[in-house]
This record gives sequence, C-alpha cells and structure tokens, in this order.
Amino acid sequence: MSDSDLEAFRAETRQWLEANCPPEMREPVRDEEDVYWGGRNASFKNDAQKAWFEACREKGYTVPEWPKEYGGAGLTPAQGKVLRQEMAAINARPPLSSFGIWMLGPALLHFGTEGQKQRFLNEIANGEIRWCQGYSEPGSGSDLVSMQTFGEDKGDHWVVNGQKIWTSYADEADWIFCLVRTDKENKYQGITFMLFDMASDGVSTKPIKLISGNSPFCETFMDDVTVPKSYGEDIPGYVGEINRGWDVAKYLLGHEREMISATGGADRASSLGAVTSRQGALDPVLRAEIAMFDVDALAYTAMSEKFMDELKSGKGHPAQPNMMKYAGTELNKRRNELLMAAGGSHALEWESEASNGGKAARGWLRTKANSIEGGTSEVMLNVISKRILDLPGA
Amino acid sequence: MPLYYDDDQAMLAETASQFMAEEGSIKNQLRHWRDRDCKDGFGHALWKQFAEMGFTGMLVDEDDGGLGMGQVEAGIVLEEIGRNLTPSPFLSSSVLAATALKHGSNDVKGRWLPDLISGDKVYAMAIDEGPKHRPERIATRAEKSGNGFRLSGKKDFVVYGASSEMIVVAARTSGSDDDKDGITLFAVPQDASGMSHDSVRLVDSSMASHVSFDNVELDGDAVIGEVDGGRTILDAVLMAGRVGSAAEGVGVARGAMGMTVDYIKQRKQFGRLIGEFQALQHRAAHLYSEVEIARAVTVKAAQLVDGGSEKAELMTSVAKAKVAKAAGLAVREGVQMHGGIGMTDEYDIGLYMKRDRALQEFLGDQYYHAGRVAELSGY
Repeated sequence: MSDSDLEAFRAETRQWLEANCPPEMREPVRDEEDVYWGGRNASFKNDAQKAWFEACREKGYTVPEWPKEYGGAGLTPAQGKVLRQEMAAINARPPLSSFGIWMLGPALLHFGTEGQKQRFLNEIANGEIRWCQGYSEPGSGSDLVSMQTFGEDKGDHWVVNGQKIWTSYADEADWIFCLVRTDKENKYQGITFMLFDMASDGVSTKPIKLISGNSPFCETFMDDVTVPKSYGEDIPGYVGEINRGWDVAKYLLGHEREMISATGGADRASSLGAVTSRQGALDPVLRAEIAMFDVDALAYTAMSEKFMDELKSGKGHPAQPNMMKYAGTELNKRRNELLMAAGGSHALEWESEASNGGKAARGWLRTKANSIEGGTSEVMLNVISKRILDLPGA
Repeated sequence: MPLYYDDDQAMLAETASQFMAEEGSIKNQLRHWRDRDCKDGFGHALWKQFAEMGFTGMLVDEDDGGLGMGQVEAGIVLEEIGRNLTPSPFLSSSVLAATALKHGSNDVKGRWLPDLISGDKVYAMAIDEGPKHRPERIATRAEKSGNGFRLSGKKDFVVYGASSEMIVVAARTSGSDDDKDGITLFAVPQDASGMSHDSVRLVDSSMASHVSFDNVELDGDAVIGEVDGGRTILDAVLMAGRVGSAAEGVGVARGAMGMTVDYIKQRKQFGRLIGEFQALQHRAAHLYSEVEIARAVTVKAAQLVDGGSEKAELMTSVAKAKVAKAAGLAVREGVQMHGGIGMTDEYDIGLYMKRDRALQEFLGDQYYHAGRVAELSGY
C-alpha cells in the first residue's frame, strides 16, 4: 500500500471515529466497569459503551487485523497501526477487551482448523463468548510443564480431573482454554490444549482475594468434567494436535507476554511528572526520580513501537516478547511506587469516596503481580540469557 | 514510518559496519594514535577515507555538494564509530559544524563546505563555557567593530579544536548572559589573531581545547545566519549533536556488551564457564534489555528530528539520557564481569568505559537531559 493510500485511510478512519466514537468513550478507563468484556452475562455500563461496541463490531474493529470472514476488518499491519494511532489521538477506549482477542484468537489463527476459526473467532469478535485461561496449577507456577490436571481418554471424549489456579475472571467466563495432561509418561509431548464450556458439569470456581482486596483471579476445580473431542464437523475440542498442546501454550505465552507488556501501563505517552505535579510541587528529589522514570518510560514507548513494527513485519527476535514483558512490568511497578510517593497520605486511603475506593493503593498492589503473572521477571531473564544472549548452562 | 531501517539504511549500516570494523578498529586507530601520543588524537588518512565513503558530507544538502541524508543515517555511522571507538572528527565536523553551516549564506557555505566534504579540513564547534554543558547561558561576547565584530571570551570542551581549520563559535551579540535571544554564530578561522588554544588530552585519549578569544577581529562575513538570530541555529545544532552522540553511545554500549557476553562464555572458574552462573546471566539479560530500549529511542528521536516533529526536542533528550544510563551500565558491568583483566590497559573493555565517560558529558549528561524532559513535560 502506498503512502497516499495510507493517508487516505487515515483521513477515512479519522472521519469514522469522529462519527462513531461517543465522547464518553474518549475518556481514560477509570474502573473495571469502564471495560467491556462481552460474553453471555455481559451488560453495558451505559448507552455510549453499547453504541461504541456495536459500531466497532459492525466495522470489524473489535479485532481490526483479523480476516473479515472471522469477524475482523482485514486491515494490513500498516493500517492497523494507523487505526491505533488515530484511536490513541482521541483517547478512544478499546470497544471490547478479552482473553479471546489477546490470546486464544492468535492461537486459533495459527493452529486452528477452518471450522474452529469460523465458530470461535466470530464468537470472540462479536463479544458473544468470554474466555478464560487455564494454565497454572498450585504446584506448577514458573515450572508450568510439571502440571498434573489429567484427562482420561474415553474414546470420543476425555474425563478431566484437576485444579487450575490464577484463572483470570474464571467466575465470569463462559469458556476456558485449558492445558490438560493426556500422557503421564511424556512431559512436554503429553499435554493437550482443550476447549470447554465453564458451565459443564463438574467445573467450579472460587475467587482468590489478593492483597489489593480485589479478586481478579480464581481457583478452578475440575471434577469428572466431560470434554468432547469434537464440537461438530471440523471443530475439534482441542487446538493443534492431541499431546502437542505445549507448542500452542508456548506460542500463546509469547502473546501473553506481549499483552502484559502492552497493557501493563508502562506504554503510555503521558508523563508521570505531568500527572503527579498537578496536586502541587514535588519534593526536589522525588521530582528527579520521576524525571528519571519518565526518561525510561518514554524510551520504552519507542521500544514498544519498534517491537510492534518488527513483529508485524516478521523481523524481530522470537524471544523479544520476554524482554518487553520484563522491562514493561518492572517499569509499571516503579511507576506505581512513585505514584504512591507523590500521593502521600491521600494515596493510603482504602475505601473513601475521595480515593475512588482506594484506587491508588489497590492499583499499586495489583502491579506487584505484573512481574509474576505470565512468567516471572526471573524467568524472563533466564529466557533472554539462553535464547538471545546464548549463554551456556542449564 | 516503521521504527526500523529501510532497505537503503540497512545497506548503509552494513557498509559502515564493515568499513569501521576494518579501517576504524581499536587496534588500527584508537590504540595506534594514542600509543604514538598523536597531538590530533585521530588519523587524517582515515578522515579522507570517511570522505571517500561519502560520510563527511552526508548531512550536507545535495545542492551544496553533500548527500542530503538525515540524522538516522548519521546515527548509523555514529553507532559503528561507537562500537569500534573510532576516533574521528565526524561528530564535531560532519554533524555539529555541518548543521550550523546549513543555516549560512551561500557565501559562507561556498567558503567552508567543499573542504569539509572532501575531507581536506576539519571543523569544530564551541558551545560550553565551564565544566558542565549549559548552553542557556552564553557569556562570550562579540561587539560590533566597524563592519565586523570583536570577539572576547572563553570556551571549553571544544573537541578537536586545535586540529580544526575553523571553529563555529556561539557568542552573545546583545542582551545579558542568560538571555535566550541575542546569540550569533561565527565561523572563526584557525589563523584568527587573538584566538589561542590550550589543547588537552581527555580520559578517552581524544583531544579538546580550552579556547580563548582576546579581541579577535572578525569580518561581517564570518556570521552564520542572522546577527542576534543564532539561538534557533544553535538549537538545531544541539539537537543534531545530541541525537548523534546518543547514537555513538548506543554503539559504545553494544560494543562493551558484546565483548562482555563473549568473555563470560569463555572464562572458566570453579570448573565452569562463568556465563553459566545465574548471578551473571540475569545482569547480562537486564543490560541487554536496557541497551535495546536505548537503541530504539535513539532511532525514534532521529526519525523525529528528520521529520521536523514538535516532539523531536523531548525525545532527543529522552534518548540522550536513556543512552547515558544504558551505556554507563554496559561499561560498568563490562569491567566488573571481566574481573581483574578488565582493569588492565591491554584489554579493550576499559577503553569503552573511558569513551563512555567523555560521551556522557558531551552536550549534556543524563541529569541535564532528565531535567529537560521534566521541563518540556511541564513539571
């Protein structure tokens, strides 16, 4: 596509956003209700959120770069970048957020059958089904491949027993993509990437209360859950091949790391100093620390841009998402430490109206998980050492 | 514009990388001239080769005989200079002075540019007055005198000043020392009477001058741009020089990191390669992450400068500060991970540490530029 075509697309996009993005949707996300996750039980916070979601769904803009036949708009990477830039320019909120978009979708685009893509991708793009991810287990965190949840082969289905942990929003999700051991003898090649309904008999969830006081994660229990091997013609109940789910999981972990680094909050153009100094002059040493943070954060925005550009053109190092995840999450933790310092005693308030229900303090505590979930910083550094720097040893 | 090199830039990077690794290597240039106590601090033959490669005039407009390239391309050459610690007047002549001369009249350009492009002459830039970079304050004065000016004052950290046939001097022609306006840039020839150099060797073996101007008489045609209108030119020169020195810093960081990672893959202690120790692996991986980010923001800043973006100034300061942090880490970790031999003159890692220190100070260190980031962001 020529530059002039791209500029024409930009003008068109600007016009479309102007006409379709309601003013209320051009505000920063303030709380959980501002995020629309879709799914069977979803409800809209207000008419503006509904109108914005529906306009995007019609246009294919909930997943702009997916092919049109799967609910996307079929945009090229360059057009996708223009759309993101134009949305960012008016502070447009994402019309739909979901683990289906960020994680299962990319896995299906890569490994799925045509039948799976037709069904599941359209359901995701249209916000009909909300997915959750079943990876970690109580005894399998960083060492994920040691997981034990087992699916016994019963011919046309499995009977699954076991427990997952850190399942994000499992109590609100409709379906789960779940790693299940199907061969106890074979560590890496004995895991199947299964798809099943959370309403199936034998599935139960229990929210985990975190130090932030919130419960975005659950424990998920599977007690004799029947998982069909097929949901219809060309729609297997698993992604990729049986016993080769680890390949899918690894591919997806890459996407999860990208997602965490992108939404971890470090990738924002606004300067922390500009935000924190609104409440009054900063102590000089704190101001200096914040300035040094802003240097790192602004530099990281350039790295993010480069990373995305390289990813879309297939140029980047395959292990680069690990570096992005490491740097992005560490920055976000630092950002929140500085926000707490700048906020002083007001930022300590846990429940008051003035503090918006302890938003600062709870947010600060929440960010401590950033460098744990989806692979700890230490695991990221291990991966960089081995796969990028080619350092020796275990 | 995607944030990676296009095909032409990738080709330039390959050419520059090969050229600098062969001709500009530490052994052939930095150590060669240093060990002979060369008063220039660089090799003129190499500078002629820079001209043959088209590097000397790469930022000069095509109409004026140059290649009309931008900061991204200059950054590509500078990154290779940094990786090989190649001593050359490229940054001072082909980036700083060339950017100043771009704003000159046709007479000024005609007088100075051809010899820069051909590699026959070297030019310098005189900005700092005192040990720290503080271009907001300029006390060196040029008083009207007949049809010309009379220049008096003192400049510091004039890199390769004593080897330069001409020095671009930022001087005050009106107002008081801290005024933004009232600055004029002058092209001062080497033989100007009343100008004296105290040329000193720096920690990285490069040469820089303390230059004194004692009633130096200058013709009116020494003026670059408009009288009292030099601040905008100076700002452009500073931006080009800062993003350029950031690119050189990225090269220094990558060179030091590469040496260090190679070393820990070879050095054995306790019967194992020391690169097997997680204590070193995590530090190396963190360093890699910092250097990658510094490199990305440097290319970004160069693109913004080339595109005339209003964010160019902010991102140039971000790049300069980020590179200083990353390169500083690279050379400190480099020496530490090399252990005892990292302290020896025989090993190159220490040379990276020395060059980094000089680059840190050049056109503002990380503290200066973090302060600018705060000011430009409104706090």
